[in-house]
Amino acid sequence: MTEEEAESKLQIKIYSVDEIATYIKSLIEQDKCLQHIWVTGEISNFRCSNKGHIYFSLKDEKSIIDCAMFQRAAQHLVFTPQDGMKVIVEGYVDVYKPRGSYQIIIEEMKLTGQGELYIKYLQLKAKLEKEGLFRNEHKKPIPKYPKTIGIVTSLEGSVIHDIIKVTKRRYPHVKIIIFPSLVQGNEAKHTIVRGIEILNKINVDIIIVARGGGSFEDLWSFNEEIVARATYNSKIPIVSAIGHETDFTIIDFVADKRAPTPSAAAELVVPNEQEILGLFIQLEKRLCKQTSKVIEIKKQRIEYIISRPIFKRPHTLIDEYKQTLDENAIQLKQIVINKIDILKSELKGVDGKLNALSPYATLERGYSITMKEDKIISNIKNINEGNIISTIVKDGRIDSEVKRKNEGQNI
Amino acid sequence: MKAKTFEEALKEMEEIIEELEEGNVPLKESLSKFKDGVELLKFCNKELKEAEMSIQKIVDKDGKIKLEGFE
Repeated sequence: MTEEEAESKLQIKIYSVDEIATYIKSLIEQDKCLQHIWVTGEISNFRCSNKGHIYFSLKDEKSIIDCAMFQRAAQHLVFTPQDGMKVIVEGYVDVYKPRGSYQIIIEEMKLTGQGELYIKYLQLKAKLEKEGLFRNEHKKPIPKYPKTIGIVTSLEGSVIHDIIKVTKRRYPHVKIIIFPSLVQGNEAKHTIVRGIEILNKINVDIIIVARGGGSFEDLWSFNEEIVARATYNSKIPIVSAIGHETDFTIIDFVADKRAPTPSAAAELVVPNEQEILGLFIQLEKRLCKQTSKVIEIKKQRIEYIISRPIFKRPHTLIDEYKQTLDENAIQLKQIVINKIDILKSELKGVDGKLNALSPYATLERGYSITMKEDKIISNIKNINEGNIISTIVKDGRIDSEVKRKNEGQNI
Repeated sequence: MKAKTFEEALKEMEEIIEELEEGNVPLKESLSKFKDGVELLKFCNKELKEAEMSIQKIVDKDGKIKLEGFE
């Protein structure tokens, strides 16, 4: 009996291992509680891969759970984990199908020695995150070319000098306004907030809030809620630069940009003069190139027009007309001549006919015409005896007086 | 030239170049745009070179704010 036969006979579904593993994985992934957890326990079986990922188990008296912290998160660790250390981890539960195990993927890990303060940090972070203070849509853009930079930091220590040094090197054309604040102790949070507020009034282009390295407790002022809220409420973009690269404080999440160190903050905020001058040269080149290109295009068009035959040999057009005109003239002349010839021959014919009809031709043949007072006499009734009449013969005129008229008698 | 700030000037110049790149600009206009571009460059250079670095600190005493030179 094959699997399919068994399936159809028993009316059951037989799953593959992967189907079940995938289903379990999806169950865990859908569980909101397991997707963001804080767990405390003791590290055991600690291992580190050469890619920087770390693996260990977290255990207490009763249970044990595998944990993985990938390099992306592990690089921010401020201590080297060891077996036996008591820690608090923040992360989510995931199923690793190839080994059929579930594990905690760790985003952050602290020693529990730092205890309550760290839990306070985690709680405030979770609260503000939920409120949306960390959201990208609230982040203001960092101006590319600030004219005035506000700095909230202590005048003690190297931080302020580091920022000034980097600024001088990169772009010695900005105005720096420093608000000297406390960066440690109970009062620090109030001076930091005041600094942010005053620099907002002075209307600088950007604010750097900075502090040098220190312990988790030393950096605590930058985890205070009022500092986070002042940062969030600032109308002017804020770059945070607290401690070393591995230190994360709440202000880093609220700030419009986090710089890993104070010097890095200056690098980030202050443009590089050399780059700007390079940009000028580039823009100038492009401007010249484009303008000459426009001119070149127009020139080419003119050249194209000029190269057309009509502009190259303008007389050809006239010559053509001239030739046509000449030809037309010759043709016209011919037509006129022909016409004249036709008319001439027509005229000859008419002349002959005219001659044949003329009374003079009759006279030639011996007839005569008799007239009375210039009127031809064709009727005897118009004649009276005694009238003077003229007889026209071929070579002259005879005037005579009527002696007698014989009506009805011809000869 | 409309630009008032360095950033605006750079942006306007980019726009001028882009318009020229499109190639449909009449000759006269393209020459005036070129002139504008040169003016903008001059303006940017001036803005850059004229600004001297200055460092001040805020003195916040009895609710009054004052600026003092630093270093």
